Amino acid sequence: MSGPFPKGLPRLEPAGLDGCLVRLFDAIDEANMPWLTALVRDCEAAFGDRLIDLVPSYTTLLVIFDPLRLSPAEARQRLSELLARLTPDEETSYAPVKELPVWYDASVGPELGRLAELAGMSRDEVIACHSERDYRVFALGFAPGFAFMGSVDARLEAPRLDTPRRRVPAGSVAVAGRQTSAYPAVTPGGWNLIGRTPAVLFDRDREGFSLLQVGDRVRFVPIERAEFERLGGDSRPMEEAR
Amino acid sequence: MSDAIDGLCVTRAGPLALLQDAGRCGVRRLGVTQGGPADQHGWAWANHLVGNAWGTPALEVTFGGLELVAERALVVAVAGADLAATLDGEPLPGWRSLAIKAGQRLAFDTPVNGLRAYLAVAGGFSAPPVLGSVSCVVREGLGGHDGQGQRLVEGDRLRVTPCRAGSGRERAGEAPPQEAIDYRQPAVLSLLPGAQVGEFSGESLYRAFNMPWRVDDRADRMGVRLAGPPLHCRVTSMISEGIGLGAVQVPPDGQPIALLNDRQTIGGYPRLGALTPLACSRLAQCLPGQEVRLKAVPSERALDEYRRFRRTFA
Repeated sequence: MSGPFPKGLPRLEPAGLDGCLVRLFDAIDEANMPWLTALVRDCEAAFGDRLIDLVPSYTTLLVIFDPLRLSPAEARQRLSELLARLTPDEETSYAPVKELPVWYDASVGPELGRLAELAGMSRDEVIACHSERDYRVFALGFAPGFAFMGSVDARLEAPRLDTPRRRVPAGSVAVAGRQTSAYPAVTPGGWNLIGRTPAVLFDRDREGFSLLQVGDRVRFVPIERAEFERLGGDSRPMEEAR
Repeated sequence: MSDAIDGLCVTRAGPLALLQDAGRCGVRRLGVTQGGPADQHGWAWANHLVGNAWGTPALEVTFGGLELVAERALVVAVAGADLAATLDGEPLPGWRSLAIKAGQRLAFDTPVNGLRAYLAVAGGFSAPPVLGSVSCVVREGLGGHDGQGQRLVEGDRLRVTPCRAGSGRERAGEAPPQEAIDYRQPAVLSLLPGAQVGEFSGESLYRAFNMPWRVDDRADRMGVRLAGPPLHCRVTSMISEGIGLGAVQVPPDGQPIALLNDRQTIGGYPRLGALTPLACSRLAQCLPGQEVRLKAVPSERALDEYRRFRRTFA
Protein backbone atom coordinates (compact mmCIF):
# COMPACT_ATOMS: atom_id res chain seq x y z
CA MET A 1 0.00 0.00 0.00
CA SER A 2 1.40 3.30 -1.08
CA GLY A 3 -0.13 6.65 -0.32
CA PRO A 4 -0.21 9.13 2.51
CA PHE A 5 -2.29 7.03 4.87
CA PRO A 6 -1.80 7.18 8.63
CA LYS A 7 -0.65 4.09 10.50
CA GLY A 8 -3.23 1.29 10.50
CA LEU A 9 -5.17 2.82 7.61
CA PRO A 10 -6.87 2.24 5.23
CA ARG A 11 -9.14 -0.01 7.25
CA LEU A 12 -12.34 -1.80 6.31
CA GLU A 13 -15.07 -1.59 8.93
CA PRO A 14 -18.39 -3.44 9.11
CA ALA A 15 -21.45 -1.34 8.35
CA GLY A 16 -24.49 -3.57 8.42
CA LEU A 17 -25.61 -6.32 6.08
CA ASP A 18 -25.19 -4.32 2.89
CA GLY A 19 -22.34 -1.99 3.76
CA CYS A 20 -18.63 -1.62 4.33
CA LEU A 21 -16.96 1.55 5.52
CA VAL A 22 -13.50 2.29 4.15
CA ARG A 23 -11.56 4.46 6.57
CA LEU A 24 -8.70 6.12 4.68
CA PHE A 25 -7.65 8.99 6.91
CA ASP A 26 -8.03 10.17 10.50
CA ALA A 27 -8.12 13.95 10.08
CA ILE A 28 -9.89 16.49 7.89
CA ASP A 29 -7.58 17.60 5.09
CA GLU A 30 -8.25 18.67 1.55
CA ALA A 31 -5.41 16.42 0.41
CA ASN A 32 -7.69 13.48 1.33
CA MET A 33 -10.15 14.29 -1.39
CA PRO A 34 -8.33 13.06 -4.53
CA TRP A 35 -7.92 9.67 -2.80
CA LEU A 36 -11.58 9.52 -1.82
CA THR A 37 -12.86 10.48 -5.26
CA ALA A 38 -10.48 7.95 -6.81
CA LEU A 39 -11.93 5.22 -4.62
CA VAL A 40 -15.45 6.31 -5.60
CA ARG A 41 -14.49 5.96 -9.26
CA ASP A 42 -12.83 2.55 -8.71
CA CYS A 43 -15.80 1.20 -6.74
CA GLU A 44 -18.20 2.19 -9.51
CA ALA A 45 -16.08 0.31 -12.02
CA ALA A 46 -15.37 -2.74 -9.88
CA PHE A 47 -18.79 -3.33 -8.29
CA GLY A 48 -20.87 -2.51 -11.36
CA ASP A 49 -24.55 -3.20 -10.82
CA ARG A 50 -23.87 -4.83 -7.46
CA LEU A 51 -23.24 -1.33 -6.15
CA ILE A 52 -26.27 0.36 -4.55
CA ASP A 53 -24.76 3.58 -3.25
CA LEU A 54 -21.61 5.41 -2.15
CA VAL A 55 -21.23 8.03 0.57
CA PRO A 56 -17.83 9.74 0.58
CA SER A 57 -17.20 12.01 3.56
CA TYR A 58 -14.04 13.79 4.85
CA THR A 59 -12.00 10.69 5.69
CA THR A 60 -14.19 7.72 4.78
CA LEU A 61 -16.20 6.08 2.03
CA LEU A 62 -19.32 4.09 2.85
CA VAL A 63 -19.95 1.46 0.19
CA ILE A 64 -23.49 0.06 -0.01
CA PHE A 65 -23.90 -3.08 -2.11
CA ASP A 66 -26.67 -5.49 -3.06
CA PRO A 67 -26.74 -8.08 -0.25
CA LEU A 68 -28.48 -10.60 -2.51
CA ARG A 69 -25.47 -10.73 -4.81
CA LEU A 70 -22.55 -9.89 -2.55
CA SER A 71 -21.82 -10.79 1.05
CA PRO A 72 -20.01 -8.41 3.40
CA ALA A 73 -16.99 -10.73 3.20
CA GLU A 74 -16.98 -10.65 -0.62
CA ALA A 75 -17.32 -6.86 -0.58
CA ARG A 76 -14.34 -6.59 1.79
CA GLN A 77 -12.28 -8.77 -0.52
CA ARG A 78 -13.05 -6.57 -3.53
CA LEU A 79 -12.34 -3.39 -1.58
CA SER A 80 -8.98 -4.75 -0.37
CA GLU A 81 -8.01 -5.36 -3.98
CA LEU A 82 -9.04 -1.84 -4.99
CA LEU A 83 -7.12 -0.28 -2.11
CA ALA A 84 -3.95 -2.17 -2.98
CA ARG A 85 -3.71 -0.32 -6.30
CA LEU A 86 -5.40 2.97 -5.43
CA THR A 87 -3.92 6.11 -6.97
CA PRO A 88 -5.20 9.66 -6.39
CA ASP A 89 -7.64 11.19 -8.84
CA GLU A 90 -5.77 13.91 -10.73
CA GLU A 91 -9.03 15.41 -11.97
CA THR A 92 -10.03 16.22 -8.39
CA SER A 93 -6.60 17.64 -7.60
CA TYR A 94 -6.73 20.10 -10.49
CA ALA A 95 -10.47 20.60 -10.97
CA PRO A 96 -11.44 24.12 -12.03
CA VAL A 97 -12.75 26.30 -9.23
CA LYS A 98 -16.54 26.68 -9.11
CA GLU A 99 -17.58 30.22 -8.24
CA LEU A 100 -20.54 30.97 -6.01
CA PRO A 101 -21.69 34.62 -6.14
CA VAL A 102 -22.66 35.93 -2.69
CA TRP A 103 -24.41 39.06 -1.56
CA TYR A 104 -22.84 39.54 1.88
CA ASP A 105 -25.19 41.71 3.90
CA ALA A 106 -26.55 41.78 7.44
CA SER A 107 -30.15 41.74 6.17
CA VAL A 108 -29.64 38.26 4.70
CA GLY A 109 -26.66 37.29 6.84
CA PRO A 110 -27.56 38.29 10.40
CA GLU A 111 -24.37 36.80 11.92
CA LEU A 112 -22.03 38.93 9.82
CA GLY A 113 -21.69 41.23 12.84
CA ARG A 114 -21.14 38.32 15.24
CA LEU A 115 -18.29 36.95 13.12
CA ALA A 116 -16.74 40.42 12.89
CA GLU A 117 -16.92 40.76 16.65
CA LEU A 118 -15.44 37.31 17.30
CA ALA A 119 -12.62 37.93 14.80
CA GLY A 120 -11.96 41.51 15.87
CA MET A 121 -12.43 42.59 12.26
CA SER A 122 -14.69 44.93 10.36
CA ARG A 123 -17.54 43.38 8.38
CA ASP A 124 -15.74 44.17 5.15
CA GLU A 125 -12.67 42.35 6.43
CA VAL A 126 -14.82 39.32 7.28
CA ILE A 127 -16.21 39.33 3.75
CA ALA A 128 -12.74 39.65 2.26
CA CYS A 129 -11.43 36.89 4.49
CA HIS A 130 -14.30 34.50 3.63
CA SER A 131 -14.11 35.13 -0.11
CA GLU A 132 -10.37 35.22 -0.70
CA ARG A 133 -9.63 31.52 -0.50
CA ASP A 134 -10.68 28.36 -2.31
CA TYR A 135 -12.59 25.78 -0.33
CA ARG A 136 -12.85 22.07 -0.88
CA VAL A 137 -16.12 20.13 -0.70
CA PHE A 138 -15.50 17.43 1.92
CA ALA A 139 -18.96 15.89 1.98
CA LEU A 140 -22.58 16.46 1.09
CA GLY A 141 -25.19 15.78 3.72
CA PHE A 142 -27.78 17.23 6.10
CA ALA A 143 -30.01 18.01 3.09
CA PRO A 144 -29.80 17.34 -0.67
CA GLY A 145 -26.98 19.44 -2.11
CA PHE A 146 -25.76 20.82 1.23
CA ALA A 147 -21.95 20.87 0.84
CA PHE A 148 -19.64 20.83 3.83
CA MET A 149 -16.69 22.96 2.72
CA GLY A 150 -13.48 23.92 4.38
CA SER A 151 -11.52 25.19 5.80
CA VAL A 152 -12.32 28.79 6.65
CA ASP A 153 -9.64 31.06 8.08
CA ALA A 154 -9.10 30.29 11.77
CA ARG A 155 -10.07 33.85 12.67
CA LEU A 156 -13.58 33.26 11.29
CA GLU A 157 -14.10 30.12 13.33
CA ALA A 158 -17.46 30.48 15.06
CA PRO A 159 -19.53 28.03 17.08
CA ARG A 160 -23.03 27.08 15.95
CA LEU A 161 -25.93 29.12 17.30
CA ASP A 162 -27.10 28.06 20.76
CA THR A 163 -30.61 27.71 19.38
CA PRO A 164 -30.89 26.68 15.75
CA ARG A 165 -33.24 28.71 13.53
CA ARG A 166 -36.42 26.90 12.62
CA ARG A 167 -36.20 28.33 9.14
CA VAL A 168 -33.12 29.29 7.15
CA PRO A 169 -33.85 30.76 3.68
CA ALA A 170 -32.56 28.97 0.59
CA GLY A 171 -29.19 30.25 -0.61
CA SER A 172 -28.06 31.37 2.84
CA VAL A 173 -24.26 31.27 3.07
CA ALA A 174 -23.06 30.14 6.45
CA VAL A 175 -20.10 29.35 8.69
CA ALA A 176 -19.85 26.85 11.55
CA GLY A 177 -16.61 25.92 13.23
CA ARG A 178 -14.12 26.13 10.38
CA GLN A 179 -16.61 24.97 7.79
CA THR A 180 -18.74 26.89 5.37
CA SER A 181 -21.74 26.06 3.23
CA ALA A 182 -24.83 27.38 1.47
CA TYR A 183 -28.32 26.09 2.24
CA PRO A 184 -29.88 24.61 -0.92
CA ALA A 185 -33.47 24.86 0.36
CA VAL A 186 -35.39 26.21 3.32
CA THR A 187 -34.54 24.03 6.32
CA PRO A 188 -33.94 24.49 10.03
CA GLY A 189 -30.30 25.31 10.72
CA GLY A 190 -27.86 26.43 13.38
CA TRP A 191 -25.00 27.86 11.32
CA ASN A 192 -23.92 31.52 11.32
CA LEU A 193 -25.44 33.27 8.30
CA ILE A 194 -23.30 35.88 6.56
CA GLY A 195 -24.88 36.33 3.14
CA ARG A 196 -26.92 34.75 0.39
CA THR A 197 -26.18 33.24 -3.01
CA PRO A 198 -28.58 33.38 -5.97
CA ALA A 199 -27.14 30.07 -7.21
CA VAL A 200 -29.52 27.12 -7.38
CA LEU A 201 -27.62 24.52 -5.39
CA PHE A 202 -29.91 21.55 -5.93
CA ASP A 203 -32.08 21.06 -8.99
CA ARG A 204 -33.87 17.79 -9.64
CA ASP A 205 -34.00 18.59 -13.36
CA ARG A 206 -30.29 19.25 -13.78
CA GLU A 207 -27.84 16.54 -14.73
CA GLY A 208 -25.98 15.56 -11.59
CA PHE A 209 -28.69 17.33 -9.53
CA SER A 210 -26.28 19.05 -7.15
CA LEU A 211 -24.26 22.10 -8.19
CA LEU A 212 -21.47 21.04 -5.83
CA GLN A 213 -19.98 17.57 -5.65
CA VAL A 214 -17.56 15.97 -3.21
CA GLY A 215 -14.00 16.95 -4.13
CA ASP A 216 -14.98 20.20 -5.87
CA ARG A 217 -13.03 23.40 -5.31
CA VAL A 218 -15.26 26.39 -4.58
CA ARG A 219 -14.78 30.12 -4.23
CA PHE A 220 -17.30 32.66 -2.96
CA VAL A 221 -17.41 35.85 -5.02
CA PRO A 222 -18.86 39.00 -3.38
CA ILE A 223 -21.57 40.72 -5.42
CA GLU A 224 -23.79 43.74 -4.82
CA ARG A 225 -27.50 43.56 -4.18
CA ALA A 226 -28.41 44.64 -7.72
CA GLU A 227 -26.32 41.87 -9.22
CA PHE A 228 -27.77 39.37 -6.72
CA GLU A 229 -31.28 40.30 -7.81
CA ARG A 230 -30.34 40.27 -11.49
CA LEU A 231 -29.12 36.69 -10.99
CA GLY A 232 -32.51 35.74 -9.58
CA GLY A 233 -31.70 35.97 -5.87
CA ASP A 234 -34.46 36.56 -3.33
CA SER A 235 -33.35 39.70 -1.47
CA ARG A 236 -36.19 39.72 1.02
CA PRO A 237 -35.02 39.56 4.64
CA MET A 238 -34.92 36.41 6.72
CA GLU A 239 -38.56 35.78 7.61
CA GLU A 240 -40.01 36.59 4.22
CA ALA A 241 -37.51 34.89 1.91
CA ARG A 242 -38.47 31.59 0.34
CA MET B 1 -46.56 5.95 -16.31
CA SER B 2 -48.19 7.23 -19.48
CA ASP B 3 -50.98 4.64 -19.36
CA ALA B 4 -51.74 5.31 -15.68
CA ILE B 5 -55.38 5.63 -14.75
CA ASP B 6 -57.24 6.95 -11.73
CA GLY B 7 -57.41 4.34 -9.00
CA LEU B 8 -58.31 5.79 -5.62
CA CYS B 9 -59.40 9.17 -4.32
CA VAL B 10 -58.48 10.39 -0.83
CA THR B 11 -61.65 11.42 0.99
CA ARG B 12 -60.03 11.83 4.41
CA ALA B 13 -56.32 12.28 5.12
CA GLY B 14 -54.79 10.60 8.11
CA PRO B 15 -51.65 11.90 9.83
CA LEU B 16 -49.20 10.33 7.37
CA ALA B 17 -49.69 8.33 4.19
CA LEU B 18 -46.78 8.14 1.77
CA LEU B 19 -46.09 6.33 -1.47
CA GLN B 20 -42.99 4.14 -1.24
CA ASP B 21 -41.08 2.04 -3.73
CA ALA B 22 -37.85 0.26 -2.79
CA GLY B 23 -36.08 3.57 -2.15
CA ARG B 24 -33.73 6.01 -3.85
CA CYS B 25 -30.32 4.71 -4.91
CA GLY B 26 -27.14 6.28 -6.18
CA VAL B 27 -27.71 9.80 -4.86
CA ARG B 28 -26.72 9.50 -1.21
CA ARG B 29 -23.40 11.15 -1.99
CA LEU B 30 -25.46 14.28 -2.74
CA GLY B 31 -27.02 14.23 0.70
CA VAL B 32 -30.23 12.64 -0.61
CA THR B 33 -31.61 10.08 1.77
CA GLN B 34 -32.71 6.54 0.94
CA GLY B 35 -36.46 6.62 1.64
CA GLY B 36 -38.43 3.47 0.96
CA PRO B 37 -40.79 1.50 3.18
CA ALA B 38 -39.99 1.65 6.89
CA ASP B 39 -41.30 -1.92 7.15
CA GLN B 40 -39.92 -3.65 4.10
CA HIS B 41 -41.49 -6.95 5.18
CA GLY B 42 -45.08 -5.67 5.27
CA TRP B 43 -44.58 -3.59 2.11
CA ALA B 44 -43.15 -6.55 0.20
CA TRP B 45 -46.02 -8.82 1.23
CA ALA B 46 -48.70 -6.32 0.25
CA ASN B 47 -47.19 -6.08 -3.23
CA HIS B 48 -46.63 -9.81 -3.51
CA LEU B 49 -50.22 -10.64 -2.61
CA VAL B 50 -51.52 -8.71 -5.62
CA GLY B 51 -48.89 -10.10 -7.97
CA ASN B 52 -46.64 -7.02 -8.10
CA ALA B 53 -42.89 -7.29 -8.57
CA TRP B 54 -40.43 -6.24 -5.86
CA GLY B 55 -40.05 -2.46 -5.88
CA THR B 56 -43.57 -1.61 -7.04
CA PRO B 57 -44.86 1.54 -5.33
CA ALA B 58 -47.30 0.87 -2.47
CA LEU B 59 -48.87 3.14 0.10
CA GLU B 60 -47.43 3.34 3.62
CA VAL B 61 -50.21 4.34 6.04
CA THR B 62 -48.94 5.39 9.47
CA PHE B 63 -51.32 5.48 12.48
CA GLY B 64 -54.46 5.24 10.29
CA GLY B 65 -57.10 7.91 9.78
CA LEU B 66 -56.96 7.59 5.99
CA GLU B 67 -60.05 7.03 3.89
CA LEU B 68 -60.04 6.26 0.17
CA VAL B 69 -62.73 5.65 -2.42
CA ALA B 70 -62.08 3.33 -5.35
CA GLU B 71 -62.60 5.00 -8.71
CA ARG B 72 -62.66 1.68 -10.53
CA ALA B 73 -62.56 -2.03 -9.80
CA LEU B 74 -59.21 -2.92 -8.24
CA VAL B 75 -57.44 -5.85 -6.66
CA VAL B 76 -55.84 -4.71 -3.39
CA ALA B 77 -54.02 -6.12 -0.38
CA VAL B 78 -53.23 -4.67 3.02
CA ALA B 79 -50.25 -6.05 4.98
CA GLY B 80 -48.14 -4.87 7.88
CA ALA B 81 -49.98 -3.24 10.77
CA ASP B 82 -53.62 -3.86 11.60
CA LEU B 83 -55.01 -0.33 11.63
CA ALA B 84 -58.60 -1.54 11.92
CA ALA B 85 -59.12 -1.21 8.18
CA THR B 86 -62.65 -1.47 6.82
CA LEU B 87 -64.27 -1.79 3.40
CA ASP B 88 -67.64 -0.04 3.33
CA GLY B 89 -67.64 -0.28 7.09
CA GLU B 90 -66.97 -4.04 7.26
CA PRO B 91 -63.65 -5.29 8.66
CA LEU B 92 -61.11 -5.72 5.89
CA PRO B 93 -58.93 -8.80 6.30
CA GLY B 94 -55.19 -8.15 6.11
CA TRP B 95 -52.44 -10.27 4.54
CA ARG B 96 -54.62 -11.34 1.60
CA SER B 97 -55.71 -9.92 -1.72
CA LEU B 98 -59.28 -8.97 -2.44
CA ALA B 99 -61.24 -7.42 -5.26
CA ILE B 100 -62.97 -4.13 -4.62
CA LYS B 101 -65.53 -2.38 -6.82
CA ALA B 102 -65.71 1.19 -8.01
CA GLY B 103 -67.24 3.39 -5.33
CA GLN B 104 -66.24 1.21 -2.40
CA ARG B 105 -64.78 3.00 0.59
CA LEU B 106 -61.54 1.79 2.14
CA ALA B 107 -60.79 3.27 5.57
CA PHE B 108 -57.96 2.93 8.09
CA ASP B 109 -58.88 3.77 11.67
CA THR B 110 -56.36 3.45 14.53
CA PRO B 111 -53.52 1.08 15.40
CA VAL B 112 -54.66 -2.27 16.76
CA ASN B 113 -51.47 -4.19 16.06
CA GLY B 114 -48.43 -2.34 14.72
CA LEU B 115 -48.04 1.17 13.38
CA ARG B 116 -47.70 1.10 9.59
CA ALA B 117 -50.02 -0.62 7.14
CA TYR B 118 -49.17 -1.12 3.48
CA LEU B 119 -51.79 -0.91 0.77
CA ALA B 120 -50.88 -2.34 -2.61
CA VAL B 121 -52.98 -2.45 -5.78
CA ALA B 122 -52.51 -4.96 -8.57
CA GLY B 123 -50.40 -3.26 -11.24
CA GLY B 124 -49.02 -0.81 -8.70
CA PHE B 125 -49.52 2.85 -7.91
CA SER B 126 -48.12 5.15 -10.55
CA ALA B 127 -46.22 8.37 -9.85
CA PRO B 128 -43.46 10.41 -11.50
CA PRO B 129 -40.04 9.10 -10.44
CA VAL B 130 -37.84 11.78 -8.89
CA LEU B 131 -34.12 11.06 -8.84
CA GLY B 132 -34.95 7.53 -9.93
CA SER B 133 -37.61 6.74 -7.32
CA VAL B 134 -41.16 7.58 -6.29
CA SER B 135 -40.33 7.11 -2.59
CA CYS B 136 -41.81 10.04 -0.70
CA VAL B 137 -39.44 11.93 1.60
CA VAL B 138 -41.34 14.87 3.05
CA ARG B 139 -38.27 16.55 4.54
CA GLU B 140 -36.56 16.67 1.14
CA GLY B 141 -39.68 17.45 -0.89
CA LEU B 142 -38.94 14.50 -3.17
CA GLY B 143 -41.13 11.75 -4.57
CA GLY B 144 -44.63 10.71 -3.62
CA HIS B 145 -47.82 10.76 -5.64
CA ASP B 146 -47.14 14.29 -6.92
CA GLY B 147 -43.35 14.17 -7.07
CA GLN B 148 -43.11 17.01 -4.53
CA GLY B 149 -42.67 14.91 -1.41
CA GLN B 150 -46.13 15.64 -0.06
CA ARG B 151 -48.10 13.39 2.25
CA LEU B 152 -51.58 12.55 1.02
CA VAL B 153 -54.26 15.13 1.68
CA GLU B 154 -58.01 15.12 1.09
CA GLY B 155 -58.86 15.31 -2.59
CA ASP B 156 -55.62 13.70 -3.80
CA ARG B 157 -55.99 11.09 -6.51
CA LEU B 158 -53.81 8.04 -6.61
CA ARG B 159 -53.17 6.75 -10.10
CA VAL B 160 -52.50 3.12 -10.84
CA THR B 161 -50.87 1.16 -13.60
CA PRO B 162 -53.53 -1.00 -15.24
CA CYS B 163 -53.10 -4.68 -14.59
CA ARG B 164 -53.08 -6.79 -17.71
CA ALA B 165 -55.69 -9.50 -17.38
CA GLY B 166 -54.34 -12.98 -17.91
CA SER B 167 -50.72 -11.81 -17.56
CA GLY B 168 -50.11 -14.98 -15.57
CA ARG B 169 -48.93 -13.03 -12.54
CA GLU B 170 -51.98 -13.73 -10.42
CA ARG B 171 -50.95 -15.38 -7.19
CA ALA B 172 -52.60 -17.24 -4.40
CA GLY B 173 -53.58 -14.13 -2.51
CA GLU B 174 -53.00 -15.10 1.09
CA ALA B 175 -49.83 -14.90 3.16
CA PRO B 176 -48.79 -17.86 5.33
CA PRO B 177 -50.05 -17.20 8.87
CA GLN B 178 -46.55 -16.93 10.36
CA GLU B 179 -45.88 -13.84 8.17
CA ALA B 180 -48.67 -11.90 9.91
CA ILE B 181 -46.48 -10.79 12.79
CA ASP B 182 -47.96 -9.93 16.18
CA TYR B 183 -46.19 -6.61 16.60
CA ARG B 184 -47.52 -6.25 20.16
CA GLN B 185 -45.11 -8.92 21.39
CA PRO B 186 -41.73 -7.71 22.69
CA ALA B 187 -39.38 -7.45 19.71
CA VAL B 188 -35.90 -8.91 19.56
CA LEU B 189 -33.89 -6.84 17.10
CA SER B 190 -30.87 -8.44 15.41
CA LEU B 191 -27.85 -6.14 15.34
CA LEU B 192 -24.55 -6.54 13.53
CA PRO B 193 -21.84 -5.08 15.80
CA GLY B 194 -19.96 -2.14 14.32
CA ALA B 195 -16.44 -0.78 14.43
CA GLN B 196 -16.93 1.29 17.59
CA VAL B 197 -18.51 -1.45 19.65
CA GLY B 198 -15.24 -1.93 21.53
CA GLU B 199 -15.25 1.71 22.60
CA PHE B 200 -18.27 1.17 24.85
CA SER B 201 -17.67 0.24 28.47
CA GLY B 202 -18.16 -3.42 29.38
CA GLU B 203 -21.06 -2.53 31.60
CA SER B 204 -22.70 -0.54 28.81
CA LEU B 205 -22.34 -3.45 26.40
CA TYR B 206 -23.86 -5.78 28.95
CA ARG B 207 -26.80 -3.43 29.38
CA ALA B 208 -27.17 -2.82 25.65
CA PHE B 209 -27.67 -6.49 24.87
CA ASN B 210 -29.26 -7.82 28.06
CA MET B 211 -31.71 -5.19 29.22
CA PRO B 212 -34.96 -4.11 27.65
CA TRP B 213 -35.20 -0.79 25.80
CA ARG B 214 -38.33 1.27 25.59
CA VAL B 215 -39.34 2.81 22.26
CA ASP B 216 -39.43 6.55 22.88
CA ASP B 217 -42.11 8.82 21.45
CA ARG B 218 -39.38 10.58 19.50
CA ALA B 219 -39.73 8.12 16.65
CA ASP B 220 -40.30 8.77 12.97
CA ARG B 221 -39.05 7.68 9.57
CA MET B 222 -35.63 9.24 10.31
CA GLY B 223 -35.00 7.26 13.44
CA VAL B 224 -36.31 5.70 16.61
CA ARG B 225 -34.90 6.68 19.98
CA LEU B 226 -34.56 3.91 22.56
CA ALA B 227 -34.85 4.84 26.23
CA GLY B 228 -33.05 3.07 29.07
CA PRO B 229 -30.03 3.41 31.32
CA PRO B 230 -27.46 5.54 29.46
CA LEU B 231 -24.63 3.83 27.57
CA HIS B 232 -21.11 5.16 27.87
CA CYS B 233 -18.72 5.30 24.97
CA ARG B 234 -15.11 6.49 25.16
CA VAL B 235 -15.60 8.19 21.79
CA THR B 236 -18.12 11.02 22.04
CA SER B 237 -17.96 12.49 18.58
CA MET B 238 -16.29 11.62 15.32
CA ILE B 239 -15.70 13.21 11.95
CA SER B 240 -18.99 12.75 10.08
CA GLU B 241 -19.17 9.64 7.93
CA GLY B 242 -21.73 7.77 5.86
CA ILE B 243 -24.44 6.03 7.84
CA GLY B 244 -26.23 2.90 6.71
CA LEU B 245 -29.79 1.77 7.29
CA GLY B 246 -30.37 0.58 10.84
CA ALA B 247 -27.20 2.12 12.31
CA VAL B 248 -27.63 2.42 16.07
CA GLN B 249 -25.89 5.62 17.07
CA VAL B 250 -25.29 6.68 20.65
CA PRO B 251 -25.11 10.45 21.25
CA PRO B 252 -23.51 11.79 24.44
CA ASP B 253 -26.79 11.40 26.41
CA GLY B 254 -26.29 7.64 26.09
CA GLN B 255 -29.70 6.94 24.59
CA PRO B 256 -29.37 4.96 21.37
CA ILE B 257 -31.13 6.03 18.16
CA ALA B 258 -31.79 3.45 15.46
CA LEU B 259 -31.60 5.25 12.14
CA LEU B 260 -34.22 4.35 9.55
CA ASN B 261 -35.01 5.10 5.92
CA ASP B 262 -35.18 8.91 6.04
CA ARG B 263 -32.05 9.39 8.18
CA GLN B 264 -29.45 11.94 7.21
CA THR B 265 -26.77 10.40 4.99
CA ILE B 266 -23.81 11.26 7.23
CA GLY B 267 -23.33 11.65 10.96
CA GLY B 268 -20.71 11.75 13.66
CA TYR B 269 -21.86 9.77 16.67
CA PRO B 270 -20.32 6.42 17.64
CA ARG B 271 -22.44 3.40 16.79
CA LEU B 272 -23.10 0.09 18.48
CA GLY B 273 -23.62 -1.41 15.05
CA ALA B 274 -26.45 -1.75 12.59
CA LEU B 275 -29.83 -3.45 12.84
CA THR B 276 -30.50 -5.94 10.07
CA PRO B 277 -33.04 -4.85 7.42
CA LEU B 278 -35.66 -7.14 8.94
CA ALA B 279 -34.96 -5.77 12.43
CA CYS B 280 -35.55 -2.26 11.02
CA SER B 281 -38.85 -3.49 9.62
CA ARG B 282 -39.83 -4.91 12.99
CA LEU B 283 -38.83 -1.75 14.88
CA ALA B 284 -40.83 0.38 12.45
CA GLN B 285 -43.98 -1.39 13.67
CA CYS B 286 -43.35 -0.64 17.36
CA LEU B 287 -45.46 1.97 19.12
CA PRO B 288 -43.92 4.36 21.66
CA GLY B 289 -43.67 2.65 25.05
CA GLN B 290 -43.15 -0.81 23.58
CA GLU B 291 -40.23 -2.89 24.80
CA VAL B 292 -37.47 -4.11 22.49
CA ARG B 293 -34.24 -6.01 23.01
CA LEU B 294 -31.05 -5.87 20.99
CA LYS B 295 -29.36 -9.12 20.05
CA ALA B 296 -25.91 -9.29 18.46
CA VAL B 297 -25.87 -11.68 15.51
CA PRO B 298 -23.14 -12.77 13.10
CA SER B 299 -23.49 -11.35 9.61
CA GLU B 300 -23.56 -14.80 7.96
CA ARG B 301 -26.71 -15.73 9.81
CA ALA B 302 -28.35 -12.36 9.17
CA LEU B 303 -27.48 -12.65 5.49
CA ASP B 304 -29.03 -16.14 5.25
CA GLU B 305 -32.18 -14.89 6.89
CA TYR B 306 -32.44 -11.87 4.61
CA ARG B 307 -31.78 -13.84 1.46
CA ARG B 308 -34.45 -16.36 2.51
CA PHE B 309 -36.89 -13.49 2.98
CA ARG B 310 -36.08 -12.02 -0.42
CA ARG B 311 -36.37 -15.35 -2.25
CA THR B 312 -40.14 -15.27 -1.65
CA PHE B 313 -40.36 -12.13 -3.76
CA ALA B 314 -37.87 -13.03 -6.50
